[in-house]
Amino acid sequence: MVRGMRAWSDAQVEQCIGTLLRTGVMIAAAVVLFGGCLYVIRYGGALPAYRVFHGEPADLRSVTGIVHAALAVKSRGLIQLGLLLLIATPILRVVFSVLAFALQRDVTYVVVSLIVLAVLSYSLSGGGL
Amino acid sequence: MNVLAFTTIIGLCSLGVGFLGALTGLGGGVVIVPLLALGFGVDIRYAIGASLVAVIATSSGAAAAYVKEGFSNIRIGMFLEMATTFGALVGASLATGVSTGVIAIIFGAVLIYSAYLSGRPQPEQQSEAPPDGWATFFKMEAAYPGSEGLISYSVHAIPAGFSLMFVAGILSGLLGIGSGAVKVLAMDHIMRVPFKVSTATSNFMIGVTAAASAGLYLNRGYIDPGLAMPVMLGVLLGSLAGARVLPGAKTGALRLVFALVILGLGIEMIYNGFTGRF
Repeated sequence: MVRGMRAWSDAQVEQCIGTLLRTGVMIAAAVVLFGGCLYVIRYGGALPAYRVFHGEPADLRSVTGIVHAALAVKSRGLIQLGLLLLIATPILRVVFSVLAFALQRDVTYVVVSLIVLAVLSYSLSGGGL
Repeated sequence: MNVLAFTTIIGLCSLGVGFLGALTGLGGGVVIVPLLALGFGVDIRYAIGASLVAVIATSSGAAAAYVKEGFSNIRIGMFLEMATTFGALVGASLATGVSTGVIAIIFGAVLIYSAYLSGRPQPEQQSEAPPDGWATFFKMEAAYPGSEGLISYSVHAIPAGFSLMFVAGILSGLLGIGSGAVKVLAMDHIMRVPFKVSTATSNFMIGVTAAASAGLYLNRGYIDPGLAMPVMLGVLLGSLAGARVLPGAKTGALRLVFALVILGLGIEMIYNGFTGRF
């Protein structure tokens, strides 16, 4: 298997990445749709309040908070989990690129991909500049 | 208007925006924020959060189609993503400090610029100049399928293109858009990458760039699930449908109308930014 992967061409890597992205976005959309249905059923009659900015509560802002809210089958937590999966998809793509370039023994691009991954991880952990 | 009606209307509007964006090639992300902010009175920060999420969905959803055609160049994309992701982080950090009026004015300027760009023809330019030393080091030369077999191309002016990509990243993070127009400009006009390769590679990069700022927006509480849900689902479905209708569709007139709509929204954003409606 390793030998087969070593022979990967750029075109094959891209093919894989395309499938990865598409699958990721479909799973994310399904989770958002499920949470969205629950949300509309539970809060359909309430009034939306987006005119004034309040910011989201803490449990819808961090990765751990969102996972807890989703596990408790809270509709807004489930939607947020779907959105988190959506954000994770391109990040996973970069992780995949690191591996693919490593198998191609392309040290330059392993470093390039790792730099991109570092910026993404820093952002998701909530670090601003 | 209750949540059920609000969600339905926003979802249908997003569906239309995603459809037109894919059909005209102008992208729908740039219209979402003005639509929510001007049309529905949503605070611009919530609108930017929802738009970012929709941008990631469209980019990832369209990736499979682009990959099949073999136009995208992952090396150019990954190299330039160093600039766009860092720019996006800077832009998203700025967004929390800059007043919403200023954001609206910058947004309006970008809209007007996008409308102007879309009105111009896109010449397929090939150059005979020797490739940049950077391009050789970073192995960016490649080939793409043309009508008569593979057409090879080289890449130029890497430092200038890289700098413009940093700006594209800042705009993406600050405004919650894909900045596709600026990305294509940097690759197409400055680095002289063939237009089809620029477009496909730009689509790839948009998702990663938007993810860099989305993490920060999520942490700052700008991404509201109730609002992002209909926007993301609507734009995603609309853009997938638009991409399916695209082959064979005559989009010349539609493109012009959409460009005029973007121009109008740009002027209205600037006007509202100056009059302090945001």
